[in-house]
Amino acid sequence: MSDKRLTLKKRLHIIKHHFRGKKMAPAFNAFHTFLFTPDETTHNGSHIRAADDLKRTMNTVIMALVPVLLFSMFNAGYQHYSAINGFPENFSVMEHFLTWDNFWIGIIKVLPLVVVSYIVGLTVEFIFAVIKGHEVEEGYLVTGMLVPLIVPIDTPLWMLSVAVVFGVVIGKEVFGGTGMNILNPALTIRAFLFFAYPTWMSGDKVWVYEAVERAGGPDAISGETILGYLAQNKAAEMTYTTSDMFWGFIPGSVGETSTFLILLGGLFLIFSKIASWRIMLSAVIGSLVMGLIFNGVVDQGWIAETSKFYGLMSFDFWKHLIVGGLAFGIVYMATDPVTGAQTNRGKWFYGFFIGFISVLIRVFNPAYPEGVFLAILLMNVFAPTIDHYVVRGNVNRRMKRLKNATVLPEDSEGKEKELQVETA
Amino acid sequence: MALLTKKDAKLISDPLADNNPITIQVLGICSALAITAELKASIVMAIAVMFVLGVGNVVISLMRNIIPSKIRIIVQLIVVATLVIVVDQVLKAFAYELSKTLSVFVGLIITNCIIMGRFEAFALGNGPWRSFLDGIGNALGYGVILVIVGFFRELLGSGTLLGFKVLGDPIAKTGLYSIGYENNGFMIIPPAALIVVGVIIWVQRSRNKALIEDH
Repeated sequence: MSDKRLTLKKRLHIIKHHFRGKKMAPAFNAFHTFLFTPDETTHNGSHIRAADDLKRTMNTVIMALVPVLLFSMFNAGYQHYSAINGFPENFSVMEHFLTWDNFWIGIIKVLPLVVVSYIVGLTVEFIFAVIKGHEVEEGYLVTGMLVPLIVPIDTPLWMLSVAVVFGVVIGKEVFGGTGMNILNPALTIRAFLFFAYPTWMSGDKVWVYEAVERAGGPDAISGETILGYLAQNKAAEMTYTTSDMFWGFIPGSVGETSTFLILLGGLFLIFSKIASWRIMLSAVIGSLVMGLIFNGVVDQGWIAETSKFYGLMSFDFWKHLIVGGLAFGIVYMATDPVTGAQTNRGKWFYGFFIGFISVLIRVFNPAYPEGVFLAILLMNVFAPTIDHYVVRGNVNRRMKRLKNATVLPEDSEGKEKELQVETA
Repeated sequence: MALLTKKDAKLISDPLADNNPITIQVLGICSALAITAELKASIVMAIAVMFVLGVGNVVISLMRNIIPSKIRIIVQLIVVATLVIVVDQVLKAFAYELSKTLSVFVGLIITNCIIMGRFEAFALGNGPWRSFLDGIGNALGYGVILVIVGFFRELLGSGTLLGFKVLGDPIAKTGLYSIGYENNGFMIIPPAALIVVGVIIWVQRSRNKALIEDH
């Protein structure tokens, strides 16, 4: 075989052998396995051959996120120009939304967020891989895409970098890296930003491009989110229609606005069996239940119209799903297989409480009208506990069945104690 | 003759590093989380604990042969309480603002596990001089962590050190603030102290592998 006929793949394999055993090997291997499957195979044991490795799983989620990202780029421009010129009267998607002007704003504002998120996050991953001497893990591929989609568009890039370093190191690497983390890294990053720089993460000045720079001037613009309006009891001033909320022509964090595309992404993830439909469905149910309870309280007249909770409590229960980050959180964050509940029954509890607590925080904490990230982080912490009780419950049920069996299986005498010790 | 024998010197140096009361024994965490938002409060707290622990250790050590072992905890508590009240009154008299900042945590020195721990583990079985060194050593170990945490939390959270605006003025936008830097509000709240202490423990353990326990 002459050198000329070497494919890129083979060349990389040759380079790989040069690197073997050296300090930079993990860094090279990361690039290598990003492009091709490695040429190494396991040498012992029997294995199932399956194409869906971790990288494939991650890529599927990213595919589900691409429409959301594209939409958010157009929406960045649309919100910006609408805030300056007023919302168009006869809105048509082709004329007012899918324009190059809008997309350009997306390119100069949204794309840098994505690039910075990936560069910083992957750098941290590479550094840790080289220090620890293991392969670079693909864990950051999805996180890196989620992060720019859950922050306000005007987030300064240095803040994002600081938060990404914090999230990847404290949220993931200290626990042992990809697959070992307790908290969802993307949400850890969001939470860090929220508590560290609250003025950049809430209010009415951060959701529209340039609103911060123009604040206080004669050409000031603002883009209050729907939840922001409701939290201030200003539902009457809101000009967005329900269909705007569903299609996503509203201000908000970069990628959270379009419930329609998130729904499509969610269906795609369910049919490709990447994400759990149990978590998604139970989270939707949980939020609807909480919303119904609040609507009921309002219907009973137990709460005055002047109450600061009235705006959000009287909000139609199902609309909670199409505003703010609830839909995005349920589809892309709650379903994280590492931090979520693992047992099927546990997933129902886990999802239900995410929806339930999200709406609860939304309504009862006007200081931050969005509670999805807090709810998911909280349930991340409780997921192992939920799983523990589901497993224990299963064991106890089987023990009971064993005791009640009329004909004891052979050799079961005296085994009960042993079993209990084993399963405790 | 050296001022301290090698054995005595170890009493001071051990708690500073490989037997640190906070990072290794994980004692006295509550106050480390609560009052470290400012460097000044951390330093005063460290000095207060040093006084209480140093003097308390000597007192307990002197009385160690006459304390009935059944009521020794009560005796220890009385000694700590007396010393803490002295510290509290001194602070109120000479540094009223600071005593406001430290608020209830001066009083809570009484419950600081490090103090009772040293009384029980060391002062009851050793002479006054060695007990004194042990008390100072442990208080220093506690203080060092407090000062490190306070340093980072005040610098990153408020952009100041001991009240001096080392990073510039956030309102007039001078120094770092003129290029868009902002204070990290997360560092002001107590959970940040937990994370900073965690990072210190992490650094310490990766430098000294002997500290990592087997699973």
